[in-house]
Amino acid sequence: MSIPVLMPALSPTMTEGKLAKWHVKVGDKVTSGQVICEIETDKATMEVEAVDEGTVAKIMVEEGTEGVAVNAPIVILAAEGESVDDAAKAASDAAKVAPAAAAAKAEAPKEEALKAEAKPAAAPPAPAVAAPAAEPEWKGKTVRMTVREALRDAMAEEMRRDGKVFLMGEEVAQYQGAYKVSQGLLEEFGEKRVIDTPITEHGFAGLGVGAAFGGLRPIVEFMTFNFAMQAIDQIINSAAKTRYMSGGQMGCPIVFRGPNGAAARVGAQHSQCYASWYAHVPGLRVLAPWSAADAKGLLKAAIRDPNPVIFLENEILYGHQFDVPEGDDFVLPIGKAKVERPGKDVTITAFSIMVGKALQAADELAKSGIEAEVINLRSLRPFDTETIVASIKKTNRLVSVEEGWPFAGIGSELAAQMMDHAFDWLDAPVKRVAGLDIPLPYAANLEKMALPQPDDIVKAAREVCNR
Amino acid sequence: MAKPATKPTVDAPPAKSESSQPGPGSNSVSPDQLKSFYRDMLLIRRFEERAGQLYGMGLIGGFCHLYIGQEAVVVGMQSTIIDKDAIITSYRDHGHMLAAGMDPKGVMAELTGRRDGYSKGKGGSMHMFSREKSFYGGHGIVGAQVPIGTGLAFAHKYNGDNNVSLTYFGDGSANQGQVSEAMNMAALWKLPVVYVIENNRYGMGTSVERSTAITELYRHGQAYGIPGEAVDGMDVVAVRAAGLKAVDHARSGRGPYILEMQTYRYRGHSMSDPAKYRTKEEVDKYRTERDPIDHARKLMLDGRMTDEAALKAIDAEIRKIVNDSAEFAQQSPEPDPSELWTDVLAEA
Repeated sequence: MSIPVLMPALSPTMTEGKLAKWHVKVGDKVTSGQVICEIETDKATMEVEAVDEGTVAKIMVEEGTEGVAVNAPIVILAAEGESVDDAAKAASDAAKVAPAAAAAKAEAPKEEALKAEAKPAAAPPAPAVAAPAAEPEWKGKTVRMTVREALRDAMAEEMRRDGKVFLMGEEVAQYQGAYKVSQGLLEEFGEKRVIDTPITEHGFAGLGVGAAFGGLRPIVEFMTFNFAMQAIDQIINSAAKTRYMSGGQMGCPIVFRGPNGAAARVGAQHSQCYASWYAHVPGLRVLAPWSAADAKGLLKAAIRDPNPVIFLENEILYGHQFDVPEGDDFVLPIGKAKVERPGKDVTITAFSIMVGKALQAADELAKSGIEAEVINLRSLRPFDTETIVASIKKTNRLVSVEEGWPFAGIGSELAAQMMDHAFDWLDAPVKRVAGLDIPLPYAANLEKMALPQPDDIVKAAREVCNR
Repeated sequence: MAKPATKPTVDAPPAKSESSQPGPGSNSVSPDQLKSFYRDMLLIRRFEERAGQLYGMGLIGGFCHLYIGQEAVVVGMQSTIIDKDAIITSYRDHGHMLAAGMDPKGVMAELTGRRDGYSKGKGGSMHMFSREKSFYGGHGIVGAQVPIGTGLAFAHKYNGDNNVSLTYFGDGSANQGQVSEAMNMAALWKLPVVYVIENNRYGMGTSVERSTAITELYRHGQAYGIPGEAVDGMDVVAVRAAGLKAVDHARSGRGPYILEMQTYRYRGHSMSDPAKYRTKEEVDKYRTERDPIDHARKLMLDGRMTDEAALKAIDAEIRKIVNDSAEFAQQSPEPDPSELWTDVLAEA
């Protein structure tokens, strides 16, 4: 059985190359791994190694030949036990009949490729995602607490429940958290499970991902999400994509949490909203709580979730107080928005600290008879399109509010979603209220102008209502 | 063969406690062990040659980084670890998977992008995993596997299971910031990780001398007090001896250890390599004088541990395994279109 060696491609785009030099002649024995010839393209040269063993029976392409087609036979080897003459004869017989066929065969892939380009196989549509269960109505007692306490309680309860859960980050242990979110956790759980890291975001984010691959359930605190930019490769390339790239074998149950967005006069490098950055990425879940109940119920859900979760908190909200359902059993569904205030005239969506501003705006609008429905998005991926569409069917108008920049922001996505799902129900174009398209300034007056205020929301709502 | 300019070790502090779990054997290599190293190295060599051929035929797409020349590193190290020890590496990963005992058919079928590949055809050459064999990838971002491997060691320490993490990376990765970050934490928290630096002398086309201020890579942990050692990575026996020491160090609670494996890749960085950055003579010298498989073969024949006939039988066995894997990888169908949408998220 003669063995043809084919002209190799050095890259998927290469179609032909030059046979620069032969290292073997007829009658030579070749072994696996032996360099038999050199080929060249305009980009690279390559030594062709024999994969099969045998004796060179016939050289099909002379040294120095240009334009040798990929996959054309360049040499025929006689297999062990076969005579060189027989192999050469078989090869030349084949060559007599074969050139046309070989040429046709060489062309075939190109034609097929062209056909494929002209008419690509259609991708199947995305499967319908079952809507998450509605938030269960809480009939039990509630307690008044700050967002900070709610986050701490969520972590403590989940750490009591599951020994695989641990918290790591800068200043989370002895210092009790840069913003005092992890107060008391070191005392209760010890230094094995509440771990101060060096200032090394990329490193500890990656270490957290490895720990999650290894079966633990890390909570990684970023002192603020601004610093997570150092670690974003690990969050996206390692945490978000590995499950898919492994065909479902691997999983990465990890929570990355910390304050996101502007605080108060901390300047441009410490004041960015990353909601649309992370919401862009398949393989992540992205949550942005507003109230203490959101914070507790969603953080518990995030820790229990088997996927990587980005949990965007807000420094200013840490000290705000809300009523929170009492006890360990309160967990919110991921992917469910909440109607914070019902209304019939205009829908206002917001997340994180902007929910409060939207509610203030709704109070103001009510004074002039405009009943705004305020939706707290809470979950940015998955996104609760259903709740928003249901609201628009009632109000026919939508104002989106976010603190981050407008370009390619959450509001842009909302506008596109509503074109797809609620176009016929809209009586006015979707209006976006967002942070100004500038790095956030330090000066008190400029900073206030750059961030959405209730007045801006009122103005936008009046515009879409034409009142 | 590049020789380290200085004493090729950074000393470890004295042992505080001995490993409570017995290691996988003593320092000396038995004839049977050497034969199995030879077999495993040959499997990688022949598998990679075949992968290169399938790439040349257009059956493997995208990137394909071959391990030819470096086989002794992974085969020697694999012989020093026990079940459930974690293994993680970069994108030049086919050898690690085969050494870890993953099925050549599944690896080759992933290379051809077929449904029977380890990642159902969704990962490719650089992204394969096996929970069963504790192989955690296969990572395409240079150096990213180092904090992850350190995190696997963290999980082992957290769980108190006495396992270690073998975290492989190349001389190119050695300059990544996250590698230093990971080393600091590993030393700080005494994590059971062995950093195996595969110094094949070129990060893509840039030599270690042109990229690295301290070219003795085993010294890169000095700032964190991590002991390190340069090893002849073309000699599977030397690799195993160094590996046993390093793994024992990590397993016995003394923290991380660095092994700089001085090795060489015969092929280009990836398939389309201009080969302008090193001379043909240099490559030929390694191939003819330093080849790890020839070396093992010579050790066995000189020591009369085996004969030509027995080695020929191994060659034939390997040839069959590789041919079968290539055949399987071409027969396996492409993934079903419905697979586009699966495995993005786990069900809660």
